Amino acid sequence: MTTVVGTSLKRKEDPKLLVGTGYFSDDIKLPGMLHAVILRSPHAHAKIKSINVEEALKSPGVVKIYTGKDLEGKIGRIPSSWLVPDCNLKEMPQYPLAIDRVRYVGDGVAMLIAEDKYAARDALDLIDVEYEVLEPAVHQKKAMAEGAPLVHDEVENNIAFHWKAGEIPEEIFKTAEVVVKESFHVQRVAPSPMETRAAVGDYHPATGELTLYCTSQNPHIHRMVLSGVLGISEAKLQVIVPDMGGGFGGKIGVYPDEALVGYASRDLQQPVKWIEQRNEHFMASNHGRDEIIDVEVAGSRDGKLTAIRVKNTANMGAYLSTMGPGVPTIDFGLMITGSYDIPHASCETFGVYTNTTPTDAYRGAGKPEATYQIERIIDLFAREIGMDPLDVRKKNFAPKEAFPYTNAQGLVYDSGDYEKPLKKALEIIDYEKLRKEQEELRKEGKLIGIGLSTYVELCGFGPSAVAGAIGFQGGVWENSTVRVHPSGKVTAFAGTSPHGQGHATTFGQVVADKLGIPMDDIEFVFNDTKSVSMGWGTYGSRSTAVGGGAVSMAADRVVDKAKKIAAHELEVSTEDIEFENGVFKVKGVPGRERTFQEIARSANYAWNLPEGMEPSLEGQAFFDPENFVYPFGTHIVVVEIDQDTGEIELKRYIAVDDVGRVINPLTASGQVHGGIAQGVGQAMWEGIVYNDEGQLMSGTFMDYTMPKARFFPEIENSFTETLSPVNPLGSKGVGETGTTASIPAVMNAVVDALEPFGITDIDMPLTPEKVWRAIQKGREQA
Amino acid sequence: MTNEKMKVNMTVNGRERSAEAEPRMLLAHFLRDELGLTGTHIGCDTSQCGACTVMVDGGAVKSCTLLAVQADGSEVTTVEGIGTVDNMHPIQQGFWEEHGLQCGYCTSGVMMAMIGLLDENPNPTEEEIREGLEGVICRCTGYQFIVKAVQKAIQIMAESGQPVTAKEAVGEVRS
Repeated sequence: MTTVVGTSLKRKEDPKLLVGTGYFSDDIKLPGMLHAVILRSPHAHAKIKSINVEEALKSPGVVKIYTGKDLEGKIGRIPSSWLVPDCNLKEMPQYPLAIDRVRYVGDGVAMLIAEDKYAARDALDLIDVEYEVLEPAVHQKKAMAEGAPLVHDEVENNIAFHWKAGEIPEEIFKTAEVVVKESFHVQRVAPSPMETRAAVGDYHPATGELTLYCTSQNPHIHRMVLSGVLGISEAKLQVIVPDMGGGFGGKIGVYPDEALVGYASRDLQQPVKWIEQRNEHFMASNHGRDEIIDVEVAGSRDGKLTAIRVKNTANMGAYLSTMGPGVPTIDFGLMITGSYDIPHASCETFGVYTNTTPTDAYRGAGKPEATYQIERIIDLFAREIGMDPLDVRKKNFAPKEAFPYTNAQGLVYDSGDYEKPLKKALEIIDYEKLRKEQEELRKEGKLIGIGLSTYVELCGFGPSAVAGAIGFQGGVWENSTVRVHPSGKVTAFAGTSPHGQGHATTFGQVVADKLGIPMDDIEFVFNDTKSVSMGWGTYGSRSTAVGGGAVSMAADRVVDKAKKIAAHELEVSTEDIEFENGVFKVKGVPGRERTFQEIARSANYAWNLPEGMEPSLEGQAFFDPENFVYPFGTHIVVVEIDQDTGEIELKRYIAVDDVGRVINPLTASGQVHGGIAQGVGQAMWEGIVYNDEGQLMSGTFMDYTMPKARFFPEIENSFTETLSPVNPLGSKGVGETGTTASIPAVMNAVVDALEPFGITDIDMPLTPEKVWRAIQKGREQA
Repeated sequence: MTNEKMKVNMTVNGRERSAEAEPRMLLAHFLRDELGLTGTHIGCDTSQCGACTVMVDGGAVKSCTLLAVQADGSEVTTVEGIGTVDNMHPIQQGFWEEHGLQCGYCTSGVMMAMIGLLDENPNPTEEEIREGLEGVICRCTGYQFIVKAVQKAIQIMAESGQPVTAKEAVGEVRS
């Protein structure tokens, strides 16, 4: 049987994007369309004393200005969608425009609407706001201290939630042969998709329907939440996501701005467009990470870890974002043991309100942080007991025989064979030889470092009952419809929300194999809540595992029905029909057959169907998996550090990932490369910086270092395949593996290179200055 | 400076175009909003990302760094002018073959910048390609397949049998 699953097909999505005919939000032009801009707070924390819009209203082309007070009672507050239970969570939902107090630089104060975008920006400067500046709480540990300024008066010590999981018997740490501690800061970064956020509201007065085009990774979640915020029936709110220039978690959130645009379009009965500026994006779109992680491990001199105790102090920003609370708790705290069989674990997480932009899921969401702390501390443990970090890893791996493996926090890892990608990676790099070379070069004064990361991550959300138990305000199943037209051509629908991942191609490959038809016969529809009945979107590396599972099941249902029709026409029982390469054949009788296209016509014409069978040929499936999926792998990084300048050169990057069944190796590799670039970016260059006044110091691409092409060596990536038993395709997730694995791999390599100076940790990002200072300090202490 | 509109004329993708523009209007906005050529994208406010790169009088230029009036009388080529789905420019073919794009937002600008690079240096090393990408930002790909895409484009041009520069290939496609 010919098969396209597992082959590197070129993407169906590409031609229109390559010739410049993609259709992104800013390309939308509707008759009578107005342009919105949002005035944002320049202060981290202030009372709004007055807002004077008189001058601005006189400016040419200005149509309307809304302030928070104007909208009070007319538009709801923006809720979080992950209300983690049993952690005394104090949600303080955000007003779409601040009413009397601003809580971060970028908090919306007024929305101005004009006939032209230049006119709108001109007039925005004429809005006069009088503020009384208040002392801000910026750093999460300081914000928790007694007497710190309160972000929300109702929330004592700014503690938004205090979550705990796991307990460790007291004697474990007391009697341990070795205890190693460290504190890590996984710094705040900006997801930074190349297209900023955008929204276009198009209200239809005659029907009371609102079409909202917006940048979203989950249009149905946007519809569900915004229907509540705007007080409009879900049946009258259509959310469409046009082509979208990346997300990385930054477009999961339901933001005030989209609600405002929808409101304004309904109020003015005209289309309204809002396009976020890049500097605005840095302050008004959710950031990621910003977690201070204190970790302590206990173990024996022979290299076995017995317990891990973690405290995470997470900076949530001024409001709890859509997925925010789940990131440093569920996503992080249940994964702290990583790929290792550590019998005891506990995690305590404080979520802290501060006068900063809210934090939310960013590529990996909690798993990069969990992986960072375990992969870093295992290296420090290895150093403490004088073992090679490779040997400590092998000694502690959850063994292949133990799968499905239950970790100390109670998560059940679906499948795994951690030695497999490790072995492959070691072969590629010739680890033993490399260690010898490192030793030789050290004698010559060259600082070579080798960093390992043998990660596992939790993704593929997931079973809906579990989502409910962990406070997620929605389901996490997926939906697909495979509709076969009379010609045998297919229109298929799926509830995931592709924006670069290539679902039309990979899901198309699944359908092509199932139905035995060419890729060109299949068109997919995504990202329109009127066309796609339901879906929970694209995040948490769930699209292939869950969405692909639904597609596969829907296609199976088409085949099941088609087989019955073929059997009826060929006057045999269904058991006598075999289906291969798009042809239904009577077993053992050559020539007695029907093509898929013939059956498609029969099903749609319905002239002669089996008794009781309904017409048409359409399969629909709703897939709610029994478990999450847990991709894993080994990344190895080799660096050389210039001890005079502190500059780090990435010499080699090896990635061997096991993401279950790979549908398309080309696009899967693309995901790995992109993920690695973002993780290495976090380790080496990127960082959102606030000063003590809560001013955003990194608000443009001039101040925030985005990874560039010349920063990287060629990434040597490959896969091993350990299938997942929890979905029809056997696939795991691939979108976040690179980010999750790479951050500690880079840091471990750098710290390894600096071992001669006694350095055990450096804060990210690893700027040459920080590295140089660490070397100087090491020299002084030597 | 007055905001009074002026008539701006330029040859875009081989066609004479003219439209009214305020003197302060960026070329990027002029191409997108006045001429409807939305294949050119805008990704930042500070001329870092290069998503808006086009060819102006034969050189790759970030169209957010130029006012429309400054390009008056110029010859401009945007992504819409380098190839069609049925007759792609080698750079477009390279990007398709080698998965040089994911979300596709930065892609137009990156391709235009690479046409500019190949025009100056028809046979760049991998290092030179990576350096040539300095003016653009891609958040999706990690750049590796962009580098491969450029190498593929060079190969396609070499195998086409006739010596053709990236810029000439633009003209070929258009005619």
